[in-house]
Amino acid sequence: MTGIEISAEKCVGCRLCIKECMFNAIEIKDKKAVINENCSLCGACVPSCKFDAIRIESDKKQETVDITEYNGVWVFAEQKRGAVSQVAFELLGEGRKLADALSVPLSAVLFGSNLQDEANKLIAYGADNVYYVDHQSVEHYNDESYTDIFVQLIKKYKPEIVLIGATTYGRSLAPRAASRLNTGLTADCTGLRIDPEKRLMLQTRPAFGGNLMATIICPDHRPQMATVRPKVMKPLEPDYSRNGEIIHPDVIIPADVKTKVLDSVQTVCETVSLTEADIVVSGGRGLGEAKNYALVEELARVLGGAAGASRAIVDAGWVDYSRQVGQTGKTVGPKVYFACGISGAVQHLAGMSSSDIIIAINKNPDAPIFKIATYGIVGDVLEVLPELIKKFRERLD
Amino acid sequence: MNIIVCVKQVPGTTDVKINKETNTIIRDEAEAIINPFDEYAIEEGVRIKEKVGGSVTVLSMGIPKTAELLRETIAVGVDDAVLLTDRAFAGADTLATSYTLSMGIRKLGNYDLIICGKQATDGDTAQVGPSLAEKLGIPHTTNVRKIEEIREGYIRCQRMTDDGYEVVEMPLPAVITVVKEINEPRYPSIKGKLKAKKYEVKTLNAEDIGANLNLCGLNGSPTRVIKTFTPVHEIKAEMIEGTAREQAEKLADKLLAMRFVKCR
Repeated sequence: MTGIEISAEKCVGCRLCIKECMFNAIEIKDKKAVINENCSLCGACVPSCKFDAIRIESDKKQETVDITEYNGVWVFAEQKRGAVSQVAFELLGEGRKLADALSVPLSAVLFGSNLQDEANKLIAYGADNVYYVDHQSVEHYNDESYTDIFVQLIKKYKPEIVLIGATTYGRSLAPRAASRLNTGLTADCTGLRIDPEKRLMLQTRPAFGGNLMATIICPDHRPQMATVRPKVMKPLEPDYSRNGEIIHPDVIIPADVKTKVLDSVQTVCETVSLTEADIVVSGGRGLGEAKNYALVEELARVLGGAAGASRAIVDAGWVDYSRQVGQTGKTVGPKVYFACGISGAVQHLAGMSSSDIIIAINKNPDAPIFKIATYGIVGDVLEVLPELIKKFRERLD
Repeated sequence: MNIIVCVKQVPGTTDVKINKETNTIIRDEAEAIINPFDEYAIEEGVRIKEKVGGSVTVLSMGIPKTAELLRETIAVGVDDAVLLTDRAFAGADTLATSYTLSMGIRKLGNYDLIICGKQATDGDTAQVGPSLAEKLGIPHTTNVRKIEEIREGYIRCQRMTDDGYEVVEMPLPAVITVVKEINEPRYPSIKGKLKAKKYEVKTLNAEDIGANLNLCGLNGSPTRVIKTFTPVHEIKAEMIEGTAREQAEKLADKLLAMRFVKCR
């Protein structure tokens, strides 16, 4: 029977496991740890026990796949309007390391039409080969047709690892495909490594709004699938002299696709989108009133970045939800993040704490945002922002 | 129009604090709530019902206590609440969860639309919606911000994308996951609260829904958590002093020197 067991012999009632439990599922009874019904079998307590007293047993003996048949690392190269998304190049950079650690090839998967140049670019960024499905029907992302073709390819070529960008489309395609393949999928990974002995991918991701990190494996199913947030991994310097093969695989293009994309509207007018920008300037309640958000937009424009917002001013109706950064909005990881008049609630931090450099501007020196900031300015954003705009304009133009 | 809304019980994350000595999360009596995104899913279900008729059933997989939260949804216009609960469901990752929910939905039968929140605030995976649609063999659309049209066998909706939105149409039955922009959830009415008080949540176990135990819970989960740890934020902010002008000057110098901000 599947379950968790605490050995009464080994348990000394030290309470270490209780601290580790996210679900309040462990109590002490008669000086021994006991599991209650809140337990979700998450396993967090197992390594916390210094006395090896906790065990999770799985009685699973279902048909396991022959994992040795699977070989190679794949990156799904998302493209929009004929251009491969930046996250694909980042994944190739990371995929290269994983493939080298396993001594296997790295492949990119590209769907679209007339994308020969983009396919070559994928090779320059580290792919050994590109599976390129060149067909008009896959020019634009469609959940049904993309899943269908992607799964055909995975079943045919059997990669051991598949990486997908955690974009809107990636976070829709990946779970649908993993579900069809009955394999594991880890969302929004921020760290990937290979365990050289077991040849397993160790996938680290944030949970509980970034307050907890978890390392996850997929031991018995293939491929091991993961989505990775944009801006987390680093692309390689492109090398156009690299050799690689572009393969046009034989696939059946699904004819009867029920889901239809009737229209695609780009509402973000900036040249860079919030999730892909190298610089993000976000504003919060400290701006005082809606019209002052223009300062945030202006600084973003001067720096060639994108403008974001805290939940407070989105809820107040100052700016559109599409700009919200945080747990219930977008996750960003730019090189520089400006938090202007944002106090830094954990939910906001969850959406931007992986930024390389964080600049906090806030009146209140005790605001939590200063705890994760690289540079802090205690001051009124309405005074500091115009000065910053002026300075950067002088220096950059 | 028969609508099923899938919801998840999550910890009320607002009071997450870190114990600095043990570096673990302090959860004061971890109050449980319905995943905030699912509140929008419930509201949208109720709105569709009010417009075109039919019923709204809330469905969850969770521990027995979840029933208390499910009962509260009756107060905002939900007709029925069903809880899938069994020790065999424990330890489920998103694949096993999707399978279990799909078996629960098959058991309920006769559905046109399934609505899920965009993601849950504890795991943040956003995987169950699409994975569930696959298990049911019906189409799905994620991140729906508006339903433009819905009628027998047809839905047309707006899906938020990374740089805008797109208009997607699907035949029903289908699964949609919704973002918070879609509506403003209502508060329960007094009448609704009274109705909820009397309502008894239906519970179903693995046998009731005919679930294959090898595909549920930990057994049915390809992924394993091997380690959890709290991230360390040990950055000490370098404070920039002076007047607003001086502060701006110094900061601009630093960023330009690091070449993060490039001259055009």
